[in-house]
Amino acid sequence: MSLRRFILKRVLLVFPILLGVSIVTFSLVKLTPGNPVQVAIGLNPDMGPQEIARLKQRYGLTQPAWKQYLNWLGDIVLHGDFGSTYGARERAVSDIIANRLPETVVLGLFGWVFALAIAIPTGIYAAVRKDELGDHVSRFVALAGISLPNFWLGLMLILVFALVLNLFPVSAPRKPLWHPATLWYLLLPGITIGTASASNLMRIMRSSMAEEMNKEYVTAARAKGLPERTVVLKHVLRNSLISVTTVAAFLTAAIVSGSVVVEQVFGWPGLGRELIAAVRNRQVDLILGITLFTGVAIILANLLADILYAVLDPRIRYD
Amino acid sequence: MSTKRGRIRITGFDTDRVTDRERLSDWREATTTGGTDGRWKRAWRRFRENRAAMLGVYTVAIMSLLALFSQKVVVAGVPVQPFAIAPYEPGEILYLQNPSLERFNPPTLAHPMGLDANGRDIFSRLLVGGRISISIGFVVVCITATIGMAYGAIAGYYGGWVDEVMMRFVDVIFAFPGLVLALVIVALLGGGYWPLVVAFTVPGWASYARLIRGEVLSVKENEYVLAAQALGARDRSVIFRHIVPNAMAPLIVQASLSIGTVVIGVAALGFLGLGFPPGTPEWGTMLNQTRSTIITGPGGTIPWWVTVFPGGAIFLFVMAMNMIGDGINDALDAQEISAAGAGGAE
Amino acid sequence: MTLLEVNDLTVSFYTEEGVVTAVDDLSYRIESGETFGVVGESGAGKSVTALSLMRLIEEPGRIESGEILFRGEDILKMSESEVRSVRGNEIAMIFQDAQTALNPVYSVGEQISEAIRHHLGYDDDAARDRTVQLLDRVGIPDAESRYGDYPHEFSGGMQQRAVIAMALSCDPALLIADEPTTALDVTTEAKILDQIQDLADEFDTAVQLITHDLGVVAKICERVMVMYAGRPVEKASVEDLYYDPKHPYTVGLMSSIPRIGDERDRLQTIPGTMPDLVDVPPGCAFHPRCPYAEECCARKRPPLVDPETGDASTAADDRAAACLEYTGDLENGLDFEVTVEGEDPLVEEEQDAR
Ligand SMILES: Nc1ncnc2c1ncn2[C@@H]1O[C@H](COP(=O)(O)OP(=O)(O)OP(=O)(O)O)[C@@H](O)[C@H]1O
Ligand code: SF4
Ligand SMILES: [Mg+2]
Repeated sequence: MSLRRFILKRVLLVFPILLGVSIVTFSLVKLTPGNPVQVAIGLNPDMGPQEIARLKQRYGLTQPAWKQYLNWLGDIVLHGDFGSTYGARERAVSDIIANRLPETVVLGLFGWVFALAIAIPTGIYAAVRKDELGDHVSRFVALAGISLPNFWLGLMLILVFALVLNLFPVSAPRKPLWHPATLWYLLLPGITIGTASASNLMRIMRSSMAEEMNKEYVTAARAKGLPERTVVLKHVLRNSLISVTTVAAFLTAAIVSGSVVVEQVFGWPGLGRELIAAVRNRQVDLILGITLFTGVAIILANLLADILYAVLDPRIRYD
Repeated sequence: MSTKRGRIRITGFDTDRVTDRERLSDWREATTTGGTDGRWKRAWRRFRENRAAMLGVYTVAIMSLLALFSQKVVVAGVPVQPFAIAPYEPGEILYLQNPSLERFNPPTLAHPMGLDANGRDIFSRLLVGGRISISIGFVVVCITATIGMAYGAIAGYYGGWVDEVMMRFVDVIFAFPGLVLALVIVALLGGGYWPLVVAFTVPGWASYARLIRGEVLSVKENEYVLAAQALGARDRSVIFRHIVPNAMAPLIVQASLSIGTVVIGVAALGFLGLGFPPGTPEWGTMLNQTRSTIITGPGGTIPWWVTVFPGGAIFLFVMAMNMIGDGINDALDAQEISAAGAGGAE
Repeated sequence: MTLLEVNDLTVSFYTEEGVVTAVDDLSYRIESGETFGVVGESGAGKSVTALSLMRLIEEPGRIESGEILFRGEDILKMSESEVRSVRGNEIAMIFQDAQTALNPVYSVGEQISEAIRHHLGYDDDAARDRTVQLLDRVGIPDAESRYGDYPHEFSGGMQQRAVIAMALSCDPALLIADEPTTALDVTTEAKILDQIQDLADEFDTAVQLITHDLGVVAKICERVMVMYAGRPVEKASVEDLYYDPKHPYTVGLMSSIPRIGDERDRLQTIPGTMPDLVDVPPGCAFHPRCPYAEECCARKRPPLVDPETGDASTAADDRAAACLEYTGDLENGLDFEVTVEGEDPLVEEEQDAR
């Protein structure tokens, strides 16, 4: 099978999973005792039965669940319409997502880059110095990194760098995302979001490098008289980077999860904060929309990782 | 070639003499230690020699005991556990009785971790709070591992379309970030201990299922399973008697490394104010108010203790748990470290 | 001229099960241009010896003592960069398993030409040209277009050829061939052995051929060392080894060479297996398997001596064996006999080779 056909097949495989994700999301959220009608009843206990029926009609709640699902999915797929929030101020969910997404993407990307920039060099270092002091220290730090609750790390960073050292404003004054100052304000939340992933990736990198280092092609490369630098950075690194791409999707999921919490800690106005607000206010369509959105994002990250793997690894058998 | 070789003939190299004679020395060929028994024994020895892992064991044991003995346990009026080492009631507002105290009282000898925003003793709350935070990790991991093991074993064993369908569903679960799924479930069920268990079980079992299925597929190739099948052993007993014990090592590694993940996840929901009612002495929930507190803290002083101690407790426990997990991983030689979700995420 | 002289080499691995002395007090020498055979069953320490020559022993292994004189200079005393300029350039190695010795993510051509660029300072194009020539020379059809192929696109035989090309890429003075044919079928094996021999003649390269097949040794080697449990047990010229073997282990190996119509596994006729080197039998390591063993064999470690005189052997000696028979300790002696029937096989072999 050619690479192109492999990619095509892999892309097609995404659709059943997307469908599954939408069904799971929908059924989970629709079970929530918080549909707009109930919220309205809560706000206005002496509503008459006619009033209630009218509301139900309006939100399509009189229909059977499968029909509601199809309507919902149809609206999303055909019109990009994720529904809207209810209450005093109705807003389209798609607008909210479009507004908040860039904030989350920028934060997540920063976390990703931070994680890669830390993890790859230290992973290589630890593998090369396996069982030496430097390896033990970096492994210990990495273990601490995956053991740190990110919300606490965020709070501690605020405590130390914003309150004690006064290097950062506690809550970043909002500038447009493209403003250079944003980079500065991104620093603390970005580090918070990236620390766990950096530590995880570093551990994976180290063990994969160490495993590769034991292979015979490494001895063969040394037997050619190549300097150790070339052996490690050319021969070993390429192989372990390939195996590390398989966990890239996991790390993306970690960063998405992380953004929910970290945005809350730093008051970063992204999708994660919106999701929590939606859960608190039982904004069903918004919860649905954002959850579906994260699912899709992770599926796509997975897809990209698989394709990248196929492109990088000449051995892959496309089947 | 071989014809020519054949023309050199050796006589007198009588190998029967070796087998017939008595041993000349007490040296014997080493019996190969490869049995399961040997493996677990060796692993246990290695684990005990791993100082970091043992430090983790002691830390977890001490923290668990402190949580257990923090307050009396009374079941149906009978005190099952009569000790109460927590100096104060976790919900007691101390400045009401003692006018020398105030909200955000800094740490003193009597209150080693200070008082929180409501004038409650943080040390006592941490001790009691450990009950929720620690036990929930173990409970969730036991449940998820069991479900995942059964699911993965069935998928891997039967293979074919059963496997295909079952694993596609696992893919679907994997498509959700664990914390987001838990968040939605908590929104659905409301907070509390058992709702949180459910919330972390739903996304949690899938990784065990995938792992066990993989193991089963590789073990399935082994002859002894085929042999057992040929003898007509029933499907279920084949799975559980032959395959599962072999898949145990990676399962234990995965389980030990995910306890910390669950503990952080639960605390994260607590921190977001979704896990437990406000005021619950749970480590994450205790941090819920602290963001606004440290930012708008009372005039000039920063009440660092309300943030440092509860978070520190989570960190300490999770770190200890992960040291144990790493130790088990090394001891069982299950080299690969999976991309365990961490930092409150999955 | 003596190209390589190994004196009292000892290599140990510090494993969890204990200290494994994989090479124990080993001495030998190789003359320029000659083909030297190292024979022994699996686990005898042949590969460890080979890797030691290039100082490539990795943790948990350690070269404990000895010297490795290459053109009179001790490799063990060289600086790291001096050793690197020897590796791949003056001493090159053909690995036991070509498939694992090739890096799966770089093309075969690149893996050969990187050594050429590194040692000979060729630019990309020149290195590429030379690589294509080499690939062609070792018998890879259509070498030009296969330059960019990845190892997994090569068959086992072609991978082995590629590894040979890699080893020859910088015209080494010494080629270590570590069981270059074990992974291959019989016809490919014969072709590749021929090829190594031809190339060695063509480039005037000395070869240390590692094998557990005495037939292969008879075919292309001039002198041989037989190893058992990390120790040399017999050293001889090929003629002496075949017509007049001195050590019972050698005799056992020879009597286990298959004959026509005899499908037995090659090394099956010596009872038992090579001991695990963590726990080597006391005295003569071969005694649990030796038909001539006596009570003294379990007590006294036989030194490597000249079988005629009983004097201790050195690297310079061509004939040596390590059996208590030659120190006069054995009471009943070794009562094997070698008879040659019909034509002399080695003479014919020699004619073949020239
Ligand atoms: N990396 C290592 N770690 C521990 N022990 C090792 C290592 N490499 C080799 N050994 C030990 O050295 C002994 C000799 O190994 P070596 O590879 O030299 O055998 P060999 O003669 O090449 O056998 P084969 O014919 O199978 O290639 C082995 O039995 C093993 O116990
Ligand atoms: S010393 Fe003894 S055991 Fe060893 S080879 Fe000679 S006769 Fe056999
Ligand atoms: Mg070998």
